[in-house]
Amino acid sequence: MTGAAPMLEVAGISSFYGWARILFDLSLSVGRGEVAVLLGRNGAGKSTTLKSIVGLVRPSGGSVAFQGTEIAGMPPHRIVRMGLGYVPEERRIFTDLTVAENLEVGRQRPRADAPEWSVDKLFALFPNLAEMQGRPAGRMSGGEQQMLCVARTLMGNPSLILLDEPSEGLAPVIVDQMAATIGELKSRGLSILLSEQNLRFARMVSDRAYIIEKGRIRWQGSMDDLESDEAVKQQYLVV
Amino acid sequence: MTGQIVVQFLTGLASAASLFLIAAGLSIIFGVTRIVNFAHGSLYMLGAFIAYSLTQRLAAGTAYGFWISVLLAAFVVALIGVVIEILMLRRIYRAPELFQLLATFGVVLVVQDAALWIWGPVDLMGPRAPGLDSAVDILGQRLPEYDIALIVISPVVLGLLWLLFHRTRWGILVRAATQDREMVGALGRNQAWLFTSVFFVGAFLAGLGGAIQLPKGGADLLIDLNVIAAAFVVVVVGGMGSITGAFLAAILIGELQAFAVLVLPESTLVIMFLAMAVVLVVRPWGLLGRPMGEHAPGQAAEPLLRPATPRARLAWAALIGLLLVLPLIAEDFTLTLTIEIVILALFAASLHFIMGPGGMVSFGHAAYFGLGAYGAALLATTLNTPMELALLAAPVVAGLGALVFGWFCVRLSGVYLAMLTLAFAQIAWSVVFQWYEFTGGEDGLLGIRRTPWADDRIVFYYLVLAACGVAIYAMRRMIFAPFGYAVRAGRDSRLRADAIGIDCRRFDWMAFLVAGAMAGIAGGLYVYSKGSVFPDEMSIPRSVDGLVMVLLGGVQTLSGPIFGAAGFTWLQDEISRLEYWRFILGGTIIGLVLAFPQGLGGIWRQIEALIRRRRATGIEAGR
Ligand SMILES: Nc1ncnc2c1ncn2[C@@H]1O[C@H](COP(=O)(O)OP(=O)(O)OP(=O)(O)O)[C@@H](O)[C@H]1O
Ligand SMILES: [Mg+2]
Repeated sequence: MTGAAPMLEVAGISSFYGWARILFDLSLSVGRGEVAVLLGRNGAGKSTTLKSIVGLVRPSGGSVAFQGTEIAGMPPHRIVRMGLGYVPEERRIFTDLTVAENLEVGRQRPRADAPEWSVDKLFALFPNLAEMQGRPAGRMSGGEQQMLCVARTLMGNPSLILLDEPSEGLAPVIVDQMAATIGELKSRGLSILLSEQNLRFARMVSDRAYIIEKGRIRWQGSMDDLESDEAVKQQYLVV
Repeated sequence: MTGQIVVQFLTGLASAASLFLIAAGLSIIFGVTRIVNFAHGSLYMLGAFIAYSLTQRLAAGTAYGFWISVLLAAFVVALIGVVIEILMLRRIYRAPELFQLLATFGVVLVVQDAALWIWGPVDLMGPRAPGLDSAVDILGQRLPEYDIALIVISPVVLGLLWLLFHRTRWGILVRAATQDREMVGALGRNQAWLFTSVFFVGAFLAGLGGAIQLPKGGADLLIDLNVIAAAFVVVVVGGMGSITGAFLAAILIGELQAFAVLVLPESTLVIMFLAMAVVLVVRPWGLLGRPMGEHAPGQAAEPLLRPATPRARLAWAALIGLLLVLPLIAEDFTLTLTIEIVILALFAASLHFIMGPGGMVSFGHAAYFGLGAYGAALLATTLNTPMELALLAAPVVAGLGALVFGWFCVRLSGVYLAMLTLAFAQIAWSVVFQWYEFTGGEDGLLGIRRTPWADDRIVFYYLVLAACGVAIYAMRRMIFAPFGYAVRAGRDSRLRADAIGIDCRRFDWMAFLVAGAMAGIAGGLYVYSKGSVFPDEMSIPRSVDGLVMVLLGGVQTLSGPIFGAAGFTWLQDEISRLEYWRFILGGTIIGLVLAFPQGLGGIWRQIEALIRRRRATGIEAGR
C-alpha cells in the first residue's frame, strides 16, 4: 500500500560528476500536498540534488523513493512517467517549437492520483501563454519562458514537481506571479520541492525548508522556525 | 542554345533528387542522435542493389512493378537501418562521437563485402522505368521522361517531410529532441524508441535515394563512399539538421555539376568543393544551419597529457634499441612490415597531433599522406628528381595542401570540421583519380626507384627510422612547448582562450599545417618503400585507417598512435590475403567499439573513477 508513504523520500544519497563528489549522504522528504524548499548558496548542490532525484544524475548509494517505489537508477523518462515532474533551472524550453508544440512534448496520459491538466486549463492558469500559442518559444521573454516551462511539465499530469530556482532572473512582479502560481498548484493537491536562493520568495510559498551547503543538509525545519533563527540565516544564506 | 540551357537546368534538378534524399536522411539522423552516419552511403547503395533485384522479379517491365520495387527497397533498407540502430548504435550513444563514427565506418566495410557476396563484383545496369522510358522534346532538346519524375519527387518528399515534422506528434517530439534530447527524456519520452524511429525514417530516405537513381546510375560497389562524400557536402552547405537547407543545397550542387559538365567535364568535383568553400566562408554553419554550442555541459574534462615519466623513458629507450638492432635479427619480410609500420606510425602520430591536443577530428587525413606521396612520385617520374629532393618536397606539397584546406577547416569545429576534412580529401582523391594524363589515374605511378645508396633494404630501413623518429619526437616537443599549450587551451575552451588573447584559429591552422607536413613525410617515404603509388593512398579507407590507429591506442596518450599503428598494420597484413577481409576488419572495428565504448584508455579511467567513488563513499560510511 503506497498510500501511506510520503510523496518523496530521499535517504542517504551521494552524487558525483566524474571524480568530483558533490552530494554527501543527503536525505530529505516531501509530504503529500506539501511545498518544501531546498535553500542554499550558489554551488551548494541544489540542482544536483534535484537532478539526482529525477535521474539525470545517477546517485551512487542511498535510496530515492517516490510514493513508496524505489526510483534510484531508473532512466529519467520512466521516473517522469510515474508522475514526477521536473522543471530545470536553465528552463530548456524548445526554442524552435511554438508554445503549443512545447506543451505537446510534455503531454502524458492522465493519472488517477494526480490533478489532470489540459491545454485549456493551463491557458487559464497562465493567461499570457494563451495569447502566444503559435509563437516560437525562442521569442518570448524570460518570465514567459519560465511560465511555459512550468506549464509544459504540468502537461505530464504529475503528482510531485521539482522546481529548480523558479524565481531566478525574474522581475519582482513576475516573481510574485510565480509565487501565486505555486500557491494555486498546491491548492489543487500537487506536492512541490523547489530549490531557491531567494528567501523572500521561499517564504511566500513554502511550508518547510532544508538548508544545503557543500552537498550536505545543514539544517531543516518549518519555515517559521527558520524565520526566527537569525544565526542560521546569517551562516548559510544570503540575506 | 536556350533549349540546351533549359534542359541542362532540368537535368541538374533531376540529379539533385537522390542527393536531397540521402542528405535529408543523414541530416535527420544527425539532428536527433548526434551521430554522423558514415554508413548512410551504404544504405543508399543497398537501396540501389535491392531495387535492382526486386525490379527483376516483381512484375518486371510494368510501371507499378517498378514503383512498388522502389518503395519496397526503401522499406527493406529502413528495416536494415533499424537493425543497425538496435544492435549497434543504441549501445554507443554515450560514447565519444569519434567511436560512433568509427562504428558506422565498420558498417560500411561489412556492407561492402556483403554486397560483393550477394550481387558480385560486376556493375549492374539499372532497368529503364517502364512508362517513362522515352524522352520529351523541350525547345528542340530531348529530356528523358524519367528526369521529370525525379524533378517532381524531391519537392513532394520535402512537403511530406514538412507535414511529418510539423503536423504529427512524432514530428514535434523529433524536433524537440533535435534541440535538447535530454530534456525530452526528462519530460517522459523514451529516447530509445524515438531514436529507432528516426533511424527508420533516415534509412528509408537513403534507400529511396539509391533506388530512384537506379535507372540513371545503376548499382555498383563504389557508390557508397562516393555518395557519402557528396551527401556530406550537401549537408554542410545546407546546414546540419536543416531539411530545407539540404533541399536547397542539393539543387545548388546538382545545378553546378550539370553546368560544369557543359563547360569543363573534369571540374565537376572541384566545383562542388568551391561551392562549399564559398558558402562556408560566408556562412560557416551552412545556408540554413545554426551554430552548435561549445562543449556540452557535464562532459568530463580531458585528462592531462604529461611528459614521459622515467619509467616510460626507459621503455622508449628499449623500443628504440630493439628497432635499431632489428635488421640484425629479422628476416626481410619482417623488416618490410616494420618499415610500413614505422611510416604509418608517423602518419598516425600526425593525425593524433591535431586530434588529441588540437581536438580537431580529421576524417580526411589521408589527403596529406597522399599529397606527400604523389608530390614525391610526380617529381620523380616527370622531372627525374632524385630521391633526396623528392623526399624533402613531399612535406612541402602536403603542407601547402594543409595550409589551403586547413584555412577553411579551422573555421569550423566538431562534426562540421570532420565532414569538411573528409570532403577535401575526397576532392584531392578525385583529382588524382580523374586526371589520368598527369597522375595515371587508377593505374597509379610505377617504377619509382630509390637512390642507389639507399637501395639496400637495411639502409632504407634506417633512413625511415631516423626520419620518422625525428618527426615524431619533434611533434612531442611541440606539444609541450608554448605552441602546444595554446592549441590545447583552444581545444578546452575557445572562449576563454580567446579572452586571454590566444588567437586560437591561427594556432589551429599552424597545427593543421604541421600535421599535414608530417603526414606528407610519411607519404613520401611510403612511395619509396613501395616503388609505386595509387589513388588508394588518399582514399577514405586510408583516412579511417589513421583514425582506427589513433583510437585503438587512445586519443589522449602520446604513445597511443604508435602502438595503434603497429597493431593495426599487423592485423591488416594478416587478413588482407583473405577474400572478404573488409568484412572481418569492419566486424573487428564494430566489436572493439562495442566492447570498449570509451576506448582502451577510457576503460582505465572508468575503473579509476569507480575506485575513487568507492573509497570516498566508504570513508563517509565509516565515520
Ligand atoms: N556538470 C558538472 N560537472 C562538474 N561539476 C559540476 C557540474 N555541475 C555542477 N557542478 C559542480 O557541482 C557543485 C554543485 O552544483 P549545483 O549546480 O548543484 O549547485 P546549485 O546549488 O544548484 O548552484 P546554483 O545556485 O548556482 O544553481 C558545484 O560546485 C558545481 O561546480
Ligand atoms: Mg542550481
